[in-house]
Amino acid sequence: MKKNKKLKRLVLGFLGIAVFLGIWQLAGTLGWVSTKILASPTDVVATFIDKLTNPKPDGSTLPQHIWASLKLALIGFGAACVIGIPLGLTMGFFKGMDHFFNPLFEIIRPIPPLAWIPVILLILGIGTTAKAFIIFVAAFVPCLLNSYVGIKRTRTTLINVAKTSGATDMQIFFKVGLPSALPMVFTGVKVSLGTSWATLVAAEMLSSSVGLGYMIQRGRTIVRSDIIIVGMLTIGVIGAILVFLLSLLEKKIAPWRNKK
Amino acid sequence: MAEARKQITVKGICKSFQNQEQSLQVLQDVTLDVNENEFLVILGPGQCGKTVLLNILAGLESADSGTVEFANGTPKYGEIGFVFQRYALFPWKTVLQNVEMHHKFQRVPKKERREQAMHFIRLVGLDGFENAYPAQLSGGMKQRVGIARAYATRSNIILMDEPFGALDAQTRYQMQDEILKIRSAEKTTVIFVTNNIEEAVTLGDRILLMSNKPSSIVREYVPELPRPRQNTDRAFMDLRNVIAQDMDLAL
Repeated sequence: MKKNKKLKRLVLGFLGIAVFLGIWQLAGTLGWVSTKILASPTDVVATFIDKLTNPKPDGSTLPQHIWASLKLALIGFGAACVIGIPLGLTMGFFKGMDHFFNPLFEIIRPIPPLAWIPVILLILGIGTTAKAFIIFVAAFVPCLLNSYVGIKRTRTTLINVAKTSGATDMQIFFKVGLPSALPMVFTGVKVSLGTSWATLVAAEMLSSSVGLGYMIQRGRTIVRSDIIIVGMLTIGVIGAILVFLLSLLEKKIAPWRNKK
Repeated sequence: MAEARKQITVKGICKSFQNQEQSLQVLQDVTLDVNENEFLVILGPGQCGKTVLLNILAGLESADSGTVEFANGTPKYGEIGFVFQRYALFPWKTVLQNVEMHHKFQRVPKKERREQAMHFIRLVGLDGFENAYPAQLSGGMKQRVGIARAYATRSNIILMDEPFGALDAQTRYQMQDEILKIRSAEKTTVIFVTNNIEEAVTLGDRILLMSNKPSSIVREYVPELPRPRQNTDRAFMDLRNVIAQDMDLAL
């Protein structure tokens, strides 16, 4: 019964993708849209295979682009986690931290990541640091916010249980607050990862010579929609894989959530 | 009965809560004594501040005025066992880890605290479930864990805040028997809060009736009923009716 359901789900999922690809292919073949403007799926697959090893026409092979982008996104994302999660947790748990940082954070929060670009360019130039910083800014907010709300929602009774068991504030923070915030922290990290990956293209507009965002930009300049689409799909697939890996990690770290 | 030794003396406790503009008086001049090794039931209508009183005894909240004196000196956190309403187990910890938590916070070596925890897990009849997570347990089993955890503090005072309030009637009767069994194995003072008259008469060596907000202790009963008590006994039903009438008056 359960297996059947799983199979059905899988078949429907593939069907959805197949129908989409079919319509896309027909649109080219039947001449609804010029294949010059919108490359057909078969062209895209051919380009994808070609780009695995061929650095032309944009200067690097696809794996090189992926690696460059991944590095950038992971630096920004990693920094956002390393700073955002502890800051969010301590702000949510210790009143002093909250009162000190909250007003500052509330002002910074509404500034869209892209609005940082000009000032980042002025201060950091156009190197890797600048690009990673833009991704960091985008990924930082969901990380901090979810950690903050997550630990604030710790049940008071659980804190009282720990208190009546003689736990110190630090023990309560690590043994009660942190684990009960974990699910929300993970949600934040997932959103962050998505955001940092999505901000990639914007960051790579800042004069790159390699990276998936650059490849897409380049594809537009030389009117190669197949290259643009290969770039887009690669971003999509890698984003999905990263989120999937995170879910695996979450199951590993928080096993009690699945043992129902 | 031998002259009972006083263990806790509560005098004139008042407590009110500020809520935006109005202040709500919850406890007004609550005075009571707790004797050593007695099973004291505090009976009162819902929302009457029984939990607040327990929290004050446990040191989780402080009274606006009045005093709480302990015969053996004011206990620190970790020296009073507390069974909370609605289980309050750590979902990310197994039964064993929940029960041994107190000792973990006190940095008791692993082997020793394991043994201690297992002793109390067996006492509440949960051996075989020590590695289960709370989500895998029924309500009655969860509260057994809560009870084991409170007893594992090895303190001579255990506070129980409507521990069976969330259980169905059948499980509730079972747990009442269970708690009396545990108590005969582990001699401690128990202060048990409930809003259920029958439960109070079944369990209590002494019953204190609390009025509605602002609450104080309005009456004391000492059931002269042999144990195990049967709720079909004539004397049991008489006492229950008396308390029920008094409770209506108190409201």
